[in-house]
Amino acid sequence: MAAAVREVAQPVPAQSRRLMSGNEAVARAVWEAGVRVAAGYPGTPATEMLEVISTYPDLYAEWSVNEKVSLEVALGAAMAGSRAFCAMKHVGMNVAADALMTMTLTGVAGGLVIAVADDVGLSSSQNEQDSRYWGRFAHLPVFEPADSQEAHDYTLAAFELSERFAVPVILRLTTRICHVKGIVTVGERSAHRAGGFTKDAARWVMVPGNAGRRLPLMFEREDKLRVEAELSPLNKLEPGSDRRVGFVTSGPAYMHVRESFPNAPVLKLGFSYPVPFAKVRELTALCEQLVVVEEVEPLIETELKAQGVAVSGKDLLPRLGELAPNILQSAIARLLGEPAPEAAAGAAPLPVFPRPPTMCVACPHLGVYYTLSQLRNVTIAGDIGCYTLGFGHPWNALDTCISMGASMGVALGLDKGRGESDKDKKIVAVIGDSTFLHMGMQGLLDIVYNRGNVTVLLLDNRAVGMTGGQNNPGNGRDIHGAEAPRVDFAQLVKALGVREERVHVLNPYELPTLFKTLRAETKIAEPSVIITNQPCVLIKDYRAHQPFTVIEDKCTGCGNCVDVGCPAIHVTRRARVTKASGKEVDLSFVRIESAACTGCGLCVQPCAPDAIVHAEQGTSAINLIIKN
Amino acid sequence: MSETTNILVVGIGGQGVMTATEILAEAAIALGHDVKKTEVAGMAQRGGVVSSHLRFGTRVLSPQITPGAAHLLLGFEAAEGMRWRHMLRPDGVALMNTGRLVPPVVDLGLYAYPDDPVAAVRAAGTRVLAFDATAIARELGDLRLGNTVMLGVISDHLPFPTDILEDCILRRFATKKPALVELNRRAFAAGRAAAKQAAQAEVVPA
Repeated sequence: MAAAVREVAQPVPAQSRRLMSGNEAVARAVWEAGVRVAAGYPGTPATEMLEVISTYPDLYAEWSVNEKVSLEVALGAAMAGSRAFCAMKHVGMNVAADALMTMTLTGVAGGLVIAVADDVGLSSSQNEQDSRYWGRFAHLPVFEPADSQEAHDYTLAAFELSERFAVPVILRLTTRICHVKGIVTVGERSAHRAGGFTKDAARWVMVPGNAGRRLPLMFEREDKLRVEAELSPLNKLEPGSDRRVGFVTSGPAYMHVRESFPNAPVLKLGFSYPVPFAKVRELTALCEQLVVVEEVEPLIETELKAQGVAVSGKDLLPRLGELAPNILQSAIARLLGEPAPEAAAGAAPLPVFPRPPTMCVACPHLGVYYTLSQLRNVTIAGDIGCYTLGFGHPWNALDTCISMGASMGVALGLDKGRGESDKDKKIVAVIGDSTFLHMGMQGLLDIVYNRGNVTVLLLDNRAVGMTGGQNNPGNGRDIHGAEAPRVDFAQLVKALGVREERVHVLNPYELPTLFKTLRAETKIAEPSVIITNQPCVLIKDYRAHQPFTVIEDKCTGCGNCVDVGCPAIHVTRRARVTKASGKEVDLSFVRIESAACTGCGLCVQPCAPDAIVHAEQGTSAINLIIKN
Repeated sequence: MSETTNILVVGIGGQGVMTATEILAEAAIALGHDVKKTEVAGMAQRGGVVSSHLRFGTRVLSPQITPGAAHLLLGFEAAEGMRWRHMLRPDGVALMNTGRLVPPVVDLGLYAYPDDPVAAVRAAGTRVLAFDATAIARELGDLRLGNTVMLGVISDHLPFPTDILEDCILRRFATKKPALVELNRRAFAAGRAAAKQAAQAEVVPA
């Protein structure tokens, strides 16, 4: 568990064959490469890279407050001549891009590798992006491994290239690299000394005059990198014997191509930007037609077309989501005018209810969303984290979700841009502790400075919950779990200009206080901040209490407890009754899964007939939902 | 690639689906197979759907099992077994826990839980071995043993000897929690017995 102080692992010896995820393989290679500084911000599917790196000895690892800072930390270390590494999810690079677009001009002294993990298929993200664009945009080389072993080997190759060309290298990963486990043979760590920082204003101080002189150097470097890509062993031409269709492919898509068409000529681009055009032309000579198979945007395809190479690609294959052998086989069958392969026809799935992610049993956010769902006439700007789930049933109490920290600016915009129909609406913003520190602080400052009328709910659960409870400056623990300076949220928001009377720190399990405070603050036409102060149930700070149970005879079926949204409450029976007034009412009689309940008491408070009582002592608190 | 074995392990976040698949992967590696294991686990820790793909053989390329290609489906929860039935080959076998975990969307009355997931899978033409792993684990005294019970269930359906899988499970506990070795040995045996019993109970088609 992230909250624990982690021991430094004894790295497994070189030559061992281990079952490793792509993230673990990159982490191992970072250690082997002699990296001295590694930084990142948690985000699926990239999180485990830094988590694993932090267990290796002889290097400095940190959770940074956001991706831009992490990239700047890594760049600083590379300026000092150390090998440095930075990892983030795809949307993280949007945040870090400001630094990226200028560091391409300065280049680096020590090797710098930036791992960007694209959540292809949106398993846990607000959008889908193709991070290979950054290579084109910033004129930086891009490496794309296709499995765990390559994730390891390419990371090492990326450091070598980075130092030889004094250029940051983008290691582009996808979920099917990061979270796929395969067998990896690992190597030794090679020590790298920091060369030391050399003062050189023309290189490191990017003012217009200096930057302007670096631009031609960047383009020269790009030309040289294209020559390098033409010769690179990472770009492999596999001739094959079936000349009907040849494939240009990169990343995990290669595995689907090779599995589906074992005899086809394939050019596998491991060093995929700059695109080695001459190598592609070699392939065209080996086949009748060429198909580019890439996730997700048609980048290589577009560039080949611009070179006058006849290729197919996204005219046959989907522009979104993951590829798989069955998708590829059907597409190529269509191209060749053959019948669709049998396996792809497949049987239809049986109809089963959806099972969306839920908040945990006893989650401190439950009370917040239960309360928000009781408020009328509010618009709620949400943010990125577990609490985004508040948009769903039973609460339906979150109206927007855009990007890290966006709840602040969006709330202010909703306030300033309100229409006639919204003139009496209260504007609430909901944001978590780590998201607030990542990118929310600036938005709150903007609300205060521009006299916005927004009530901010700052949900401090002392963890980056959604990604697995990582530490952050809000909980006073560093990446290893060791004590670190802890930010005081109340002081922080006051320092940003929120008036002292408008700042409240509350226990989110005390529903009456929460409701009263929220109602009062939304009526006051100035910025206010309500900070909740109970920990995530998945971290060590959480203390379970005696579980509850329902006295069956006393339950009147009012369903109030169901509206809390705790997954330990189950409906046993439904009924519809007609009241004296003639009004029909639906009843839901309930039970509590006492084995899962940790006694937070949220459901007890709205229970009209006091039917919820402590379960007998000795009930084992084995939690089905909470990960042990 | 016909020699590749495809096993799909499904359930909900927090049930130990990914750990079970990892142990199966270790057993396959111990036998010298190439292995790939991957999950579709969107925010899995939050009680959502988890499906873990395991492929092993001489050389495994794509990590994903495509619909209609799984040899075995190991369902940790009844409705989840039903959800993924279409992933099985026509001759594939579904090993289904009849234990149910009802999600909030069902409790809220927005959706219905299927009346009989096992019957639905059989009606679709799939061979099913059904058992109540949750009850077995509860009888053994700890719901967390459900994971080992499930591995016991699948053990006689794998293309390698049972004891290799058992060793891989017990080794995990031997280092961290030696007290749990004996309990897990019993859970594994109980799972094997449950699968055998389910096979005997199968109606033999005329």
